[in-house]
Amino acid sequence: MDPFTTVLQLFDSTIRLSAPLLLACLAGLYSERAGIFDIGLEGKMLAGAFAAGAVATWFGSAYLALLAAVLVSVALGLVHGFASITHRGNQIVSGVAINFIAAGTTVILGQAWFSQGGRTPSLPNAARFNPINLPGAEAMRGVPVVGPLYYELISGHSVLVYLAFLLVPFTWWVLYRTRFGLRLRAVGENPAAVDTAGISVPWLRYRAVICCGVLCGIAGAYLATAQGAGFVKDMTAGKGYIALAALIFAKWRPVQAMFACLLFGFLDAVGIRMQGHPVPLIGEVPVQFMQALPYILTVVLLAGFIGKAIPPKAGGVAYVKER
Amino acid sequence: MSQPFAKLPAWADYGLLPLINLIVAFLVAGLVVLLVGESPIDAAVLMVKGAFGSGDGVGYTLYYATNFIFTGLCVAVAFHCGLFNIGGEGQAYIGGLGVSLVGLWLGNFLPWWLTFPLAILASALVGALWALIPAWLQAKRGSHVVITTIMFNFIAASIMVYLLVGVLKPAGSQAPETRVFAEGGQLPGLGWLLNLVGLSMRSAPLNVSFLLALVAAFLVWVLIWRTKLGYEIRTMGFSPKAARYAGISELRIIIITMMISGALAGMMALNPIMGAQHRMQLDFVAGAGFVGIAVALMGRSHPAGIVLAAILFGMLYQGGAEIAFDMPNISRDMIVIIQGLVILFAGALEHMFRPSLQRIFYRLGRAKNRTAAAAIAGGNQ
Repeated sequence: MDPFTTVLQLFDSTIRLSAPLLLACLAGLYSERAGIFDIGLEGKMLAGAFAAGAVATWFGSAYLALLAAVLVSVALGLVHGFASITHRGNQIVSGVAINFIAAGTTVILGQAWFSQGGRTPSLPNAARFNPINLPGAEAMRGVPVVGPLYYELISGHSVLVYLAFLLVPFTWWVLYRTRFGLRLRAVGENPAAVDTAGISVPWLRYRAVICCGVLCGIAGAYLATAQGAGFVKDMTAGKGYIALAALIFAKWRPVQAMFACLLFGFLDAVGIRMQGHPVPLIGEVPVQFMQALPYILTVVLLAGFIGKAIPPKAGGVAYVKER
Repeated sequence: MSQPFAKLPAWADYGLLPLINLIVAFLVAGLVVLLVGESPIDAAVLMVKGAFGSGDGVGYTLYYATNFIFTGLCVAVAFHCGLFNIGGEGQAYIGGLGVSLVGLWLGNFLPWWLTFPLAILASALVGALWALIPAWLQAKRGSHVVITTIMFNFIAASIMVYLLVGVLKPAGSQAPETRVFAEGGQLPGLGWLLNLVGLSMRSAPLNVSFLLALVAAFLVWVLIWRTKLGYEIRTMGFSPKAARYAGISELRIIIITMMISGALAGMMALNPIMGAQHRMQLDFVAGAGFVGIAVALMGRSHPAGIVLAAILFGMLYQGGAEIAFDMPNISRDMIVIIQGLVILFAGALEHMFRPSLQRIFYRLGRAKNRTAAAAIAGGNQ
């Protein structure tokens, strides 16, 4: 295989691996920009993936599966909101709880309903989001450089991948060019000011938590019905935490979030490809090192060695209207 | 938070409220059991029978409880300082390195009562060092300890997998684990303790690290409520501003607290490695670090409460394994749900029932005052 095709394939899998990270990362962005820390991205994604796998098995429709994933994930998001907005509970404790509830429930219900050791039956292609060949991809394939680039890299992904990347400019627009976005950012920095302006802090934060749930649900549906063919026990495997790391890496900004997710997706793709292939000069890099790299990079960033990540000022603090 | 209602009496605050939260958590868990088509009551009976019905059942229950006492104390010490250490899982995992090095090397020629204290020191030291970096980052560079400890859990897991499939694995073996320790690296069981109460233990791995866990719980109580350092830790937890004003060094307290927390988590590794398996296996922590969060929340960060909560979770773990024989739909993952619900209701939603409880106590108090006033008025006539 010539190096050009190898690189293209590497980038192609980078895009596929970073799509769920990007969806979860943008989900966290809405929530955390509104001042609600969300450790529960992982759990919401997992529950969404299970709902998608189960519904796709029963009804054979990928779009119904997507809807179910979003509903379940939003429901968990509302639990998080109920605990941390309405009852002013600790947001981190609540997020941790949601992760455990999702991890346990998906396996128990999966075993009870499908009896396959916690996984859902393998889905036929009709019940999945299949790769879409963009117009002209086949025709352009023969064109040197641009052809393979378009055919391999840009065309041939599922609709959810395109959605994930389109959500980046959309989120930027919402955050920086709409009234809702302005208020969302304000409530994460100074909720008292938002309250003084006569805007309900809890309602605004609930809407942020719902946005977060929708995106986590899409991420879960992507894992179960686009990337995989059905739900597998613990299929998120820490992706929610990597998304969280990417969010910090991007300093809570949408476009940078995309680059952070692409970087972490690239590390993942490289790690998979390098298994058993020694690198010239360095020798064989342990897989574990590649897996740990996103976390190490985030810690280094947090330590302030690559710029400084400053979270939304009111993040993690419940708003008390009056004392 | 404004408190328009009567302050709760201590027994209601520390006994009744956690109990209500716990009951609600179990009711919701019961709903899940119903959803998979089994009877929650039968499941509960099976669970209690499995956990306490035999000598081995009790032995396993207390064996699991040992893990959870350590990790629960780890989370609680950090809570007292206002820090949330989610990294107990990673600190315990890395702590296994200290235990294994002592077990593999000194276990060859020293008796267990000499290797045990050395292994305690080694595991505590390694666990504390693993907590030191997030602590330093929090205290010095302001990066949130929750995020860094989560990252350190993953980094620890990667390091341990790398070591266990690499250097620590004996040559020619396929399984990712160390060799079995020699005699001196194996802790004696506690069968005699159960014999005292008329139970016999055959295969359960309950060992002396259970006693160490109880000692650790007592020492944490002494530390938090009876020493100057403990006072400083609690002050920092209540109000960092007040602590700073009182001249307490934030850097020093955060680092010391996190290191104590990490040391407690690290010591958890003694129980499965030297106490039960006599070797280090892949993923030997098996989520105990996270159970510690539920245990600490349920035990209200008090060592006595933590020991009780740890035994409850030990019961769930052991009983849960027994249920799976009779009800195949209910695996040990049920415990993960219960754990999540306990964290939700005893942790994040701890204030949900407080206002209504305060209202009830306020009414009761008023009614009592009125009858007392009426009695006095009646006596005057």
